[in-house]
Parts: sequence; C-alpha cells; structure tokens
Amino acid sequence: MWTFIHKLGSPPWFFRFSGTLVRWLLPITVTLLLVGAIWGLLVAPPDFRQGNSYRIIYIHVPAAVVALAGYYLMAFAGAVSLIWRIKMADVTMRASAPVGAILTAIALVTGAIWGKPTWGTWWIWDARITSMLILLFLYLGVVALFEAYENKTAAARACAVLSLVGMVNIPIIYKSVDWWYSLHQPASIKFSGESAIDSSMLYPLLLMIVAFYCLFTVTLLLNMRAELVWTHRESGWLKQLIGDS
Amino acid sequence: MYFESLSAAWDMDGHGLYVWSAYALTALPLVLMVWLPVKRMRQHWRWLQAEQRRSGAGTGAQTPAMESDL
Repeated sequence: MWTFIHKLGSPPWFFRFSGTLVRWLLPITVTLLLVGAIWGLLVAPPDFRQGNSYRIIYIHVPAAVVALAGYYLMAFAGAVSLIWRIKMADVTMRASAPVGAILTAIALVTGAIWGKPTWGTWWIWDARITSMLILLFLYLGVVALFEAYENKTAAARACAVLSLVGMVNIPIIYKSVDWWYSLHQPASIKFSGESAIDSSMLYPLLLMIVAFYCLFTVTLLLNMRAELVWTHRESGWLKQLIGDS
Repeated sequence: MYFESLSAAWDMDGHGLYVWSAYALTALPLVLMVWLPVKRMRQHWRWLQAEQRRSGAGTGAQTPAMESDL
C-alpha cells in the first residue's frame, strides 16, 4: 500500500499507470453513463407524487455527490502539498478544481430545472442551494487564484489554504436540509436502516453515482496527464516517451 | 421500457421539456470535460515532438518562451 502511494508521487510512474487506467476506465465510464441514463429516463417507474420530472435525480444527485467528494480530494491534496511539499499533490489539487466546478454547476443547473415543475421556482435562496453555490465559488476561486500568481509555488500554497478553509462549507451542505427549513427533502438513501426510495429507482441511481465517480476519476487523470506533459517537458523520461511515440 | 411509445417518452406527461433539457445540458459539459484535457495534451505532445525533431536535426531552433512555466 505504502509503496503504491510512494509510486504515485513519481511523475513517470504515474504517467504510465494513469495512461493504462484511463484506457480501461473511459469505455467503462461511457457504458455506465449510457446504461444509467437510459435506465433512469426510460425504464424506471415515475414518482407517484412528482411524476416524470423526478428523473432529473439520476444526474442531479450523482453530480452533487461527486462534486462534494471532489472537494474532499482537493482539500486533502492541498493539505498534503502544504505539509510534505509533494509536487504530485499540487497537480492533483489543481486538476480537481475545474472538474469539481463543472459538476457543481451541473448540480445547480439540473436542480433549477427540476425545481421549476416541482417547487414552482427555478431558484430560491434555500440553505442547500446557497451552500452549493458557495462550493462553486470555492472551486472557481481555486482555479482563479492559481492563475493570479506569477510564482507557481506560492500559487499552489495559496490554493491549498483556500481549499482547506473552504472545508467549513462541506458539513454545512450536508446538514443544510436538517438545520434549516428547506425545500430540499432530507436524504433518501441511508447507509444504515431502510432507504426511503424503492429499489426500482435506487438501483439506477446507485449506478449513476458509480458512473459519475468513474467519470471524475477519468477526467482528473486526463487533466493531470495534460499538466505533467507540459511541466515535465524538460525531463528525460518524457523526452524519451515523446521520442518513442 | 416504462413508456408506451417514443412520443410518450418525449412528452413525459408534460415534464419532457424539463427532463430532456436537463440531460442535454449535462451531456455537453461532460463531453467537453473529457475532450478538452485530451486535446490540450495532444497539442503539447505534438509541439514537443516537433521541437525534439528540430533540435535533433541540428537546426539550432530556439525554444520559444512559453507562459505558465513551472
């Protein structure tokens, strides 16, 4: 396990490993997404109260779940980069920011579209929506902050601090539906006890959550690879790979 | 399939516009999210490959100054 983590910190090893992983994971991800979307859109039964509009859940919830998970990863990579000054942690932190931002934006947009037929409004300053909007700004903040610095080492440090401070927002997002009166329903899927959702709707939802996790992984790796090719252009291992290709 | 016909699946009892537009608005960024880093890496890769050939051929081409140096 530790040797694996050590190897991940080595750019040439990571580059080879991620190349193989992406080649396998990308077709799997596309298949999962297509199967999950068709299942959710056409096969699953409609909700007895919301009718068919609830089908947006199959993209809204996975996007939101993975956007939050992406933030954990970004903040964790930021902490590793601050404490141990590992370059690959920097790369991971920066690569997760745009991916997380897109997923958060998808969660917000699909939520707005779902809100219209269900709640009668596109937008409301509800606790969960507002805290998700803050999440989007945190992601965009990390992207913008990195670009704002001339000195990239200082930029990475500032981004790491911002992403760690932003962690405060994460429990607020989770608990927002319990702490405040909200239009959002409380969690339907529970790890312990009975879920408040029928299995005919639960299975496609779980499938889509797995698909979005795979997609996050693939995009993160692709972003990191693109970054490595540029930052390591003077390195011998990359020159050799490019020369051989 | 839950719906009886394609037009019923399109209409979804009046919710079709919301549901299908939500899926369409998700699909586009997802595709871009995968495609853009692939494109960026390919561009850099080709550029570096051309650079290697140039310097290998001994033309003495200078490395152009590029932004975002780390």
